[in-house]
Amino acid sequence: MESVTSIKPLLAILTSIIVVVPILLSRKHPNVREGWSFLAGFVKLAIVGSMVPLVLKGTVIEYTMIEVVAGVALKFRVDAMGLLFALVSSTLWIVTTGYSIGYMRGLKEHSQTRYYCFFALALSGTIGVAFAANLFTLYLFYEILSLATFPLVTHHQDAEARASGRKYLTFILGSSIGLVLPAMLIIYNITGTLEFSNSGILSAGMSKGLMSVLFFMFIFGFAKAAVMPFHPWLPAAMVAPTPVSSLLHAVAVVKVGVFSIFRVVTGIFGIDNLRMFELGTALCWVAAFTILAGSLVALSQDSLKRRLAFSTIGQLSYIVLGAALLSKQGMTGGMLHILMHAFGKITLFFCAGAIFVATGHKYLSQMVGIGRRMPVTMTAFFIGSLSVIGFPPTGGFLSKWYLLLGTLEADQPLMMFILLSSTLLNAAYFLPIAYKAFFCSDEEAQFEQKIDEAPIWCVAPLVFTATVSVGLFFFPQPFLDLAKLAVQGFTGG
Amino acid sequence: MSNLQAPILLVTIPLLAAFFAALGGMLHRKISFPIALIAIILSFHQSIIVLLKVVNDGVINYRIGGWMPPFGIEYVVDHLNAMVLVVITFVSLISIIYSKLIVERELPDKIPQFYTLYLLLTTGLLGITITGDAFNLYVLLEISALATYALLALGKDRALISTFNYLILGTIGASLYLLGVGHLYIATGSLNMADLFRILPSLSGNSAVMVGFILIIVGVWIKMAFFPAHGWLPNAYTYAPSSSICLIAPLMTKVSVYIMIRIMFSVFSAEFTFANIAWQTAVVWCSVIAIIGGSLQALAQRDFRKMLTFLVVAEVGYMVGGVWLANEIGISGAILHILNDALMTLCLFLVAGILIFKTQRHQLMDFRGMFRKMPVTMGAFIIGALSMIGVPPTCGFFSKWYLIQGAIEAGRWEFMAALIFSSLVNAVLFFRIIEIGHFQHETDSHDHAEEKISEAPAIMLIPLVVVAIALVVIGLYTNDIVTNVIQHAVPVL
Repeated sequence: MESVTSIKPLLAILTSIIVVVPILLSRKHPNVREGWSFLAGFVKLAIVGSMVPLVLKGTVIEYTMIEVVAGVALKFRVDAMGLLFALVSSTLWIVTTGYSIGYMRGLKEHSQTRYYCFFALALSGTIGVAFAANLFTLYLFYEILSLATFPLVTHHQDAEARASGRKYLTFILGSSIGLVLPAMLIIYNITGTLEFSNSGILSAGMSKGLMSVLFFMFIFGFAKAAVMPFHPWLPAAMVAPTPVSSLLHAVAVVKVGVFSIFRVVTGIFGIDNLRMFELGTALCWVAAFTILAGSLVALSQDSLKRRLAFSTIGQLSYIVLGAALLSKQGMTGGMLHILMHAFGKITLFFCAGAIFVATGHKYLSQMVGIGRRMPVTMTAFFIGSLSVIGFPPTGGFLSKWYLLLGTLEADQPLMMFILLSSTLLNAAYFLPIAYKAFFCSDEEAQFEQKIDEAPIWCVAPLVFTATVSVGLFFFPQPFLDLAKLAVQGFTGG
Repeated sequence: MSNLQAPILLVTIPLLAAFFAALGGMLHRKISFPIALIAIILSFHQSIIVLLKVVNDGVINYRIGGWMPPFGIEYVVDHLNAMVLVVITFVSLISIIYSKLIVERELPDKIPQFYTLYLLLTTGLLGITITGDAFNLYVLLEISALATYALLALGKDRALISTFNYLILGTIGASLYLLGVGHLYIATGSLNMADLFRILPSLSGNSAVMVGFILIIVGVWIKMAFFPAHGWLPNAYTYAPSSSICLIAPLMTKVSVYIMIRIMFSVFSAEFTFANIAWQTAVVWCSVIAIIGGSLQALAQRDFRKMLTFLVVAEVGYMVGGVWLANEIGISGAILHILNDALMTLCLFLVAGILIFKTQRHQLMDFRGMFRKMPVTMGAFIIGALSMIGVPPTCGFFSKWYLIQGAIEAGRWEFMAALIFSSLVNAVLFFRIIEIGHFQHETDSHDHAEEKISEAPAIMLIPLVVVAIALVVIGLYTNDIVTNVIQHAVPVL
């Protein structure tokens, strides 16, 4: 595969680190401050977007900063999979910045300067993971992301935030230091390198026991993917302001987790090794359990954000399952789901936040008839639900379609059954919300007929993401091409 | 043989300056500080010259007064001590600038005495590091120890009694060392290290040599507070005045580790050390206990400085364990950790000093609201903390990297487990403080709009920031440091 050297990946990462300085300097002028966030967002998207044509031609963009340990460098490599993820995150950062303005100002939140600073840092961590060329670089940015999101999760600085912050760090930092770090060091000791390669860097001569242990140290160690039983931090993190839950806990942080799993599966272990040792099948079952359990728990949640969080846990394991199937269609579906779920779920979170800003309600039992008051928001909610469930004409259908094809290709009909039953569960926990919002008798309705939406800064972003969710069904390019290209690389043809 | 005078200059400049600081102080007490500062800047400059010379041209042999060894005293500078010399002068330079205001406040009527002792201690540490003579090393060990006792005893509360305790144990350690050197002298008739290195292999079965070796090593262990002889350190360091602790805490244990490495590989040989006495396993286990025990005891502390002193004990375990893994990677890690740990300990003690300077207190709870009040100090604190935890790209991560690689190589899983455990405990320790700083406000008013920044004076802040930046820069240049310096310092095994 052809590769060119370019500083662009580093610039894309640095944009949102550098912007912290002007944000801090303009802390007294909120409009200027948010202007900087937007500017950085567009610059970042432009840099990331400018790499698309080259990568679509099959070229890989590389940049090495410095060799830190013999054979291990701080190095970036932009390939199709990384670019797909970076594109999603940087697009949604801009949208979320707009939404943050509506949400944070609507609720008159404190310490907004700190909020925007750490948000920018978190994005740098995310893009760093997307462009990491080796496990060390990935780990570095993974940890930066963990640390940068802590002040965001605990934004309210009260007792609840404190308890959740502890849980958040315990799971995320504890698992990465306790499991990923030793596994990474052992692999470096065996192979002398940590570079991701399309066929994996571990040799088939390794014992099955050691490989299985290392494999699951990574799967559970990347706790951001919230594979059960390493999921409790995600519902706890819902204590954060909703824009944080939307971008970070539906897109950036959690997708970094599954993205890391994808990288390790394809770049470190290699598809052939995993097939030979039947580790893919083992991971399928872990993912299947999480999919069903997450969906079942979501059914019983009355807090809207918590229901969304458990839904996210289930949906993340779709992506893990896509990697675990080790089949072309499955992996394409997994990668597409990073994109489709991102747009669908962020819409739902935006809606939850808009409802909270407009009415102060968090619980579903208080939202009967809310469609009368916030028809735009609830229509977007309905579209977002359809996408997460996987109904045409929304983008979610495409990723699920590929996943289902993947189960057939991998000859795992049981997994197909699990995906289908999860779809039913998804419908069972989402559709009643939208239904009750619009269709209820006057006695049941808790809201007047008068339309009173959240501020425009809240509503516009969610309309945009809902529209994109539908649009992706009709125009999945270039994302579909990127996903197919990436899979071609991993499977060698 | 070269005409370079830097090796002797870098030791004699602070020694002579010590006299002038005392004499000048009689005329006017403000004269001592500039004298001491200039002397240390010069000494730092000379140490850089020496390091560059060694890196470019190899080992320097300097014969004092032109006397031929083994009759005269010889200074031998190789890659190992060239690096340690720079560490000593750097730490000394940073903390003399930093502590100017503290000294004026803590010891207003003893300023000349303080700087005299400070210079003597620096001289002693430099002399220990640069000398190639086993007896000369003892003399300088005592010079630095006496200066340390005097400096520590200037503290408050229980400083006198804990310093006395240290004096007793320190003297026992030094006596054991001297006794061991006596054994070697009787057996070989020489005190020159290089000479001993040549003669000792022919006496490999000699029990006097064997006993001498054990006495020296045990003596040095007591000096460095290695488990189980660590009891003196926490109290002696906790009650020390913050003017001198920033020099003592980062350097004393590290220089002792240097002595141990020097004796093991330059006086005796790796073969003798590891093959003749079957205590390698036991020593690694002791360091495992030091690491785990030190970390746990740190966890039990409510006093910030006392917590740090237990971490010093744990870090000694890192280095001793790394050396006794008896492979090149482990020893590289230990040597790298001399550099890294000196800097991160310095960073954290500088923060402690600022905390005491601003609030007169040093409990963990005194970090309340600090992020708001002292953002720069706390930023540096976080970098120091991350380095202690071992998060890339701070330097603490990379020494841990090498140490764990060494443990894997040697198959010493207990050592690896202890290092990971200590990372996790450090994460708890430091995030507990970050939590206090982030969540608890001194006043109950939630008046976030008005930010009352009350930072330490620039003369304290700038040294701290320099050290914090160094932690990251050194981390990123780990590979260069290892290939240019440390690799040459490791004995061939």
